[in-house]
This record gives sequence, structure tokens and C-alpha cells, in this order.
Amino acid sequence: MTSHEMIKVEGLSKSFGPLEVLKECSLTVRRGEVVVICGPSGSGKSTLVKCINGIEEFERGQVWIEGEALPSRGRAAARLRARVGMVFQHFELYPHLTVLENICLAPVHVLKRPRTEAAAKARALLARVGLADKEAAYPAQLSGGQQQRIAIVRALAMDPVAMLFDEPTSALDPEMIGEVLAVMLELARDGMTMIVVTHEMGFAKSAADRVVFMDKGAIVEIDETQAFFAAPRSDRARLFLSRILAH
Amino acid sequence: MSASDLAPITNSLPFLLQGLGLSVLLTAIAMVGGIVLGLVIALVRLTRVPVLAPFAALYVNGFRAVPLILVIFWFYFLVPLLLGRSVGALYSVLIAFVMFEGAYYSEIMRAGLQSVRVGQWQAAKALGLGYLQTVRLIALPQALRNMAPLMVTQGVILFQDTALVYVVSLHDFMTSVSIVANNTSSPVEMYVFAALVYLAICQVGNALAGRLKRASRTA
Ligand SMILES: Nc1ncnc2c1ncn2[C@@H]1O[C@H](COP(=O)(O)OP(=O)(O)OP(=O)(O)O)[C@@H](O)[C@H]1O
Ligand SMILES: [Mg+2]
Repeated sequence: MTSHEMIKVEGLSKSFGPLEVLKECSLTVRRGEVVVICGPSGSGKSTLVKCINGIEEFERGQVWIEGEALPSRGRAAARLRARVGMVFQHFELYPHLTVLENICLAPVHVLKRPRTEAAAKARALLARVGLADKEAAYPAQLSGGQQQRIAIVRALAMDPVAMLFDEPTSALDPEMIGEVLAVMLELARDGMTMIVVTHEMGFAKSAADRVVFMDKGAIVEIDETQAFFAAPRSDRARLFLSRILAH
Repeated sequence: MSASDLAPITNSLPFLLQGLGLSVLLTAIAMVGGIVLGLVIALVRLTRVPVLAPFAALYVNGFRAVPLILVIFWFYFLVPLLLGRSVGALYSVLIAFVMFEGAYYSEIMRAGLQSVRVGQWQAAKALGLGYLQTVRLIALPQALRNMAPLMVTQGVILFQDTALVYVVSLHDFMTSVSIVANNTSSPVEMYVFAALVYLAICQVGNALAGRLKRASRTA
């Protein structure tokens, strides 16, 4: 494996009981690359992303982060997971902690950084996403768009080598989608390696290097972004695209 | 009630307070011990620790199937047999109460931890937190907010249950009251007094539970 490969997935398969959710998925993401994953509901997008940082266990296949194989469990797995940030559809901020505490929790308890150092970094990141004045707020006091931007900051505070996004804007009111996408676009421009599950085709067009189309647990095709939007190779992707662009 | 009605109470106040003290002590220790034991049992069951988890389930179901009074008898006669020497009624009762309450509190804790959304656990995992770190920093604080009212209610029940220790000749509050009632031939006054004390403690518990419930909703 060469050093410009940031994330590599090979032959990944997973079942929930009798249901085969992922079938032999393989994908390599280069350092600094932005990959968008799309596909119909239930096609396994969330599950794939969760397998990549080991939140979900899988039966067959292997995942490498910067050339290091992801162990299925234990401390080594946790350490490697901490290097890949994850942003969820429903934010998953901790409701009992303030914004600042949410952001500092993992740097302090996982990376063992001094509190003052973690807080200073958190404040700098908050300022970057325009939420410097919210550090003492609780998640419930914030809008969805603000919560999601803080969730992104929380992941960034760990100095991740890559970021995974699972439909980061699909739980948001339309008027808040833009502010979250803007933060993601800036991240992409700064060279962050990103895998983004999203149906925001505008974001895909402007930020993605490649698009992955999934259906029924399989990666059906992987294209350069332009090629994907010009003409997907598979009928299923073409159908999906025509439907989603019609909206 | 006239002043003379209160005489049996005031005259034996130190004795009654001693009984109340034992009830409070038992309740406090059984609550703290039961919550700690309950948490351990709940974690063993939730993480499906091999071998231990089925035993934990058996433990919980076993203790919940038998009346507390039987458990008190058991430990009173069993502990000396196991240790080869008597530990005294108080200690055997303390052990019985902690073990019994542990079974009940474990069910409260288990439901509480399970009530924390899957996404919260996943987010913690994604940040590299270990399981016990997640329990301590993320799940328990949220679970305790949801469970605090139930835990207080369980504590009020527990306080009432301390009356059962009379079977091993300990004087809890209720036992002291009935002793005074017999000795002074004033059952009506004494039992009304006892009821009022229980009512007051229950009210305090309810108020506390209500406050915790409100606090968990606003925060
Ligand atoms: N914990 C689970 N237990 C059982 N089945 C599950 C579980 N999680 C997901 N599945 C199933 O796995 C399949 C893929 O789910 P997944 O959430 O990965 O799809 P998705 O592409 O993210 O869909 P969506 O666009 O709706 O988010 C679905 O059929 C789903 O019902
Ligand atoms: Mg999904």
C-alpha cells in the first residue's frame, strides 16, 4: 500500500442475521480526496461508513487507515477509530454537556490532552465555524444547523486524518443546510480526506472528486464526479440520478 | 390530641430516635450498596460477559422472586454457616438488604442505560472512547437523570421494608414504635404517630423525585 492511500476497504461483507447488508465492498480513498456515496434508502451506505471506522463489526474483508489494518476490537481499534472523525445524521451531541465540554471530552479523555490546551483548540475551531459565542450553551438550546456544525468541530478537535459524514444535512430544515455544507466545503478545500454519504448533489458536484453509487449492499459503480453526472454507467445509477435531480 | 396523648412519644423519644436511626442507616447503606452492586450487575448483563451474564440474570430473577423477609432469614442463618462465626444480626441484615436491593436497582440501571440512544454510544465509540468511559461519561449521566425518580421511589419502599428486621430482633423505627405502644398501652397514639412519620418521609421522597424529574426534563 502506498502512502497516498488514506482509507482502503477490501472485500467488506456484513450481515444482520440473514440479511446481507454489504456485499464484497471495495474502495480506496486517496489522501485529500473527497468521495460522495449515494444510493437508494437501505442500500447500505450508513453501514459501510460505520464499518470503516469500526463502529459496526463486519464478518469478512478488511479496512486500512493510513496503511494500518483496523482491528475488530480492543484498545488498538479505539485508537485507530479516534483518528477518523465521524458526523452523524442526528448530530449525537451529548445533551448533558455544554458545547465546550462536548468538544473537549474526547481530546481530554482519549488523547489525554491538558484541559486548557483542549479548550483553546476547541475555541479556535468554534470561531472557525462562526459559533464562538455558543461555548457555554447546551445542545438543546441550539438550532439543528448549529448543532451539526458543533458536531463537526467535535470531530475535528481530535485532529482526524479523515472525516466520515453520514447524511449530515438530511435531518435539517432546508434553511440550515447551507451553513453546514459551507463548513464541509471549506474542509474539503483545506485538503481534508472525506467520505460523505449525501443526497445533496450540489455538494457532490462542487466538492467531490469521485462519486460512489451503492445499491442493495453492493458498490455498483465508482466514477469521477464529472463522468458520474454526465452519464452514469449503470442503469440503476442513471435511474437514481434522474429521480433525485428531478426533485 | 392533648398534651397527655403525646407523653408516650416524648417520654420514649430517645428510644424511638434510635429505631429511626437504624431505619435510616439501613436505607442509606442498602441504597448506596444496592446502586453500586446494581450497576455492576447491569453492566455484566448488558455487555453479555461470558459465564457471568447468565449468573447475573439468575441472581436478579432469584432475588426478585423471593420476599425480602426470606432473604433476611437466609442471611441471618447462612452467613454464620459460611463464615464459621456469627457476624451479628446487624451485619447479616445489611448484607441481605444490599444484595436484595442490588437485584432491583440493577433492573432500574439496565433500563436506564438502555434508554440512552444507540447513536450516543456510536458517537462515543467514533471518538475513541472505551466502553467503560462511555458508560461513565456519556450513558450514566443521562441514564441517572431518567432513573433518579425511580431510584428515589425504590428508596422510599426500602425505608418501609426496614420494618422487617424485627424478625432478627433488631429495633427499627416501626419495631420501636410497637414496643413503646405495648409498654405504654397507647397503641392509637403511637401508630398514628408512626403513620405520620412514614407519610412525611414519603412526601420528602416524592418531592425529591419530582424535582429530579423536572431537572432531567429541562437540562
Ligand atoms: N442494526 C440493524 N439491524 C438489522 N438490520 C439493519 C440494522 N441496521 C441497518 N439494517 C438494515 O441494513 C440495510 C442497510 O441499512 P443502512 O442504514 O446502511 O442503509 P442506508 O443506505 O444508510 O439507508 P438510508 O438512506 O435509509 O439511510 C437496511 O436494509 C437496514 O434495514
Ligand atoms: Mg443511512
